[in-house]
Amino acid sequence: MQENDVKFLEDSFKKYYFEHFDLIRVPNRTSEREFGFQKFNSGMTRHISIKDDKELHLLLMQNIPSDVYCSNACYAFPNLPMNEKDWKEADLIFDIDAKDLNLECRKNHTISKCNECNEISTNSNNCSKCNSIKLEKKSLPCKNCIDASKNEVSKLSKILTEDLDVQQNNIHIYFSGNEGFHVYVYDSQFQQLGSRERSELTDYIMFNGAIPETFGMKKFKPNRSSFPDFEEKGWRGRFSQEVYGLKSKRSKIISELITNGYSSFQKTLEGISDKIGAKIDPNVTMDIHRIFRLPGSLNSKSGLTKILCNDLPKFDPYTEASFLDESSVEVMANCPIEFKLKNRKFGPYFNEKASIPTYVAVYMICKKLATIS
Amino acid sequence: MLALGQDEIAKYPFLADAGQYLKDKGFTLEQFGTDPDLKLLVEKAFNRIEVAADGKIYHSDLIGDQASNQAALPREVFSFLLAIVLLKLSGMNTLIKRFALAEARRAEKYLEKDLANISDESKKQLAIRIIDDLFSVQIKKQDDYFVIPISNYLKHSINFHEREWKLINRHVENGLVFLTPHETVRLIRKELGTYISSKIINAKTPPMISGFEESVSKLISMSKKFATYTVTTGEYPPCIKHAIEILEKGENLPHSGRFMLATFLLSKGQSVEKIAPLFKNAPDYNERVTLYQLNHLAGTSGSGTQYSCPSCEKLKTQNLCFAIPECDNIINPLQFGKKRT
Repeated sequence: MQENDVKFLEDSFKKYYFEHFDLIRVPNRTSEREFGFQKFNSGMTRHISIKDDKELHLLLMQNIPSDVYCSNACYAFPNLPMNEKDWKEADLIFDIDAKDLNLECRKNHTISKCNECNEISTNSNNCSKCNSIKLEKKSLPCKNCIDASKNEVSKLSKILTEDLDVQQNNIHIYFSGNEGFHVYVYDSQFQQLGSRERSELTDYIMFNGAIPETFGMKKFKPNRSSFPDFEEKGWRGRFSQEVYGLKSKRSKIISELITNGYSSFQKTLEGISDKIGAKIDPNVTMDIHRIFRLPGSLNSKSGLTKILCNDLPKFDPYTEASFLDESSVEVMANCPIEFKLKNRKFGPYFNEKASIPTYVAVYMICKKLATIS
Repeated sequence: MLALGQDEIAKYPFLADAGQYLKDKGFTLEQFGTDPDLKLLVEKAFNRIEVAADGKIYHSDLIGDQASNQAALPREVFSFLLAIVLLKLSGMNTLIKRFALAEARRAEKYLEKDLANISDESKKQLAIRIIDDLFSVQIKKQDDYFVIPISNYLKHSINFHEREWKLINRHVENGLVFLTPHETVRLIRKELGTYISSKIINAKTPPMISGFEESVSKLISMSKKFATYTVTTGEYPPCIKHAIEILEKGENLPHSGRFMLATFLLSKGQSVEKIAPLFKNAPDYNERVTLYQLNHLAGTSGSGTQYSCPSCEKLKTQNLCFAIPECDNIINPLQFGKKRT
């Protein structure tokens, strides 16, 4: 990134951290957490320990980081190297990202930037100018992406409360600041679980690895009475709703399932996994040493805030997570598609000068679709 | 320690303090080597090991829960304790492992029977307490099932590779996993085996006892037949081939895939310099970062920890597994193509 772009972003970020420190949430047991940050055009600094709000504020003002992270784990010595930290426990965390949902709309709002010649296009396979395949994809997520991600969050919440006995008030949902959601689970029976155990939980939540026997289907002589019912709890109940649809169809569909046989049943299970399982990023949930974006901090992929969603269905990130200035700046913009921020439409821009509000300029510069002119 | 009755010690002899038991009964080890009547018990002990080494469960004199006669109970316990003495004298670890596993399976049968016992509440309570005391698994009876908190279940179930043990294939409700008595006991099989083998390994080795020599030397020759040799075909498993293909095509291989590939090749003895060029086609390739990360994985920089290749189970979760029949139930890609002879 060019120097004046970095300076502009740093100024905007610094202002945000100065004015909106109240939005930043230092987690409980602050001094047992590991913090880390990145600066624009620079690598990661981690293994930092922080006592309280004041120290965090100081770190933000002194370093003006592009991104700030905090561990989901608690350690005896958070500032020592990894194997000397003395891990105690870790909150259960989930990442749901629109880019992992294979949505149809993605191709309409994904831009490729060529790493060789910097050409920007909507062509997703190779550069339309120099034919290189080294493309960096930039997405300007749409309402559909956000709605689809919300739907995954709701599925996850349901599984957590119904099957895993997590209390609703211990589930905290945040907009990630870019194109998804981060979910935290506090005070659950899972705090002390290691990575392999969390990987099993992940498969449970994603509906991965189910076998026909679990749903009453056997290789030989399947028995109708062992098939799931609508009233059942957990996956057998959800299976019923998805596969039978209506109560009146149950009997007929069981006959079909039995006629089609065992391996067809296995395919049915794999087929519905996308629909009934919650699409979380398994790597995040399995990681018990992760430093995860700090609630209330800015995301350098967009300049939007990672913010708590109190009312998920009504939440609109492109109005509620944008806290930067309205003051106007001049940029050179190259963004071939239209997008919406704070209920205003912007673009498309074809390599042209534009005078736009700071929050829009930050958004585009973060996505490398504009530079300060 | 639990207070055990005579028949309980016969069922779960590993709970007894060996030295104390012999003393209480008024015997010394030496007597077993010389007294012709007691020597029969050494043979019984040898037989107990032999059956275990064969992968079978020792068929005891206990019928149901009761011994066929009162004299059978101490015989059960003695043969177990003497088997440990023989194993220690032979020093053969392969036999100790096999013996511990077989004894665990044997105890499992009794635990299961005790758990399912509806007529004798005290037997059930004892089984529940053994499971709690030894393995800190808290089980509760709920209708026809035993329930256990999910977090507790997972700590044990991750040691199984069969799919029916995956949490997704379990009846889960309100944070609890529902298990039959059989499954409850099966869940702690490995820990039971570990418990028994650690008891044997930590037991003191006595000096050779006259009259035991023959059995000990038979054990030593028996253990030789379990030595295995492995040969490797040298071919890469499908997950690794797939990762290499993706990179060759210049497509994006996720971080987890790169981790798998790098740790796999490092474990196969390839150098960081040889592996790095594989990542050249990645859309975000940066030579400095790649070398840094590879050195980190190899343990030559950073904390010095050498990272190992993820298990097949983990790769399945990460959508990196492309199993083929030749994988033949391996549990880690590194085992691919290894044949035991």
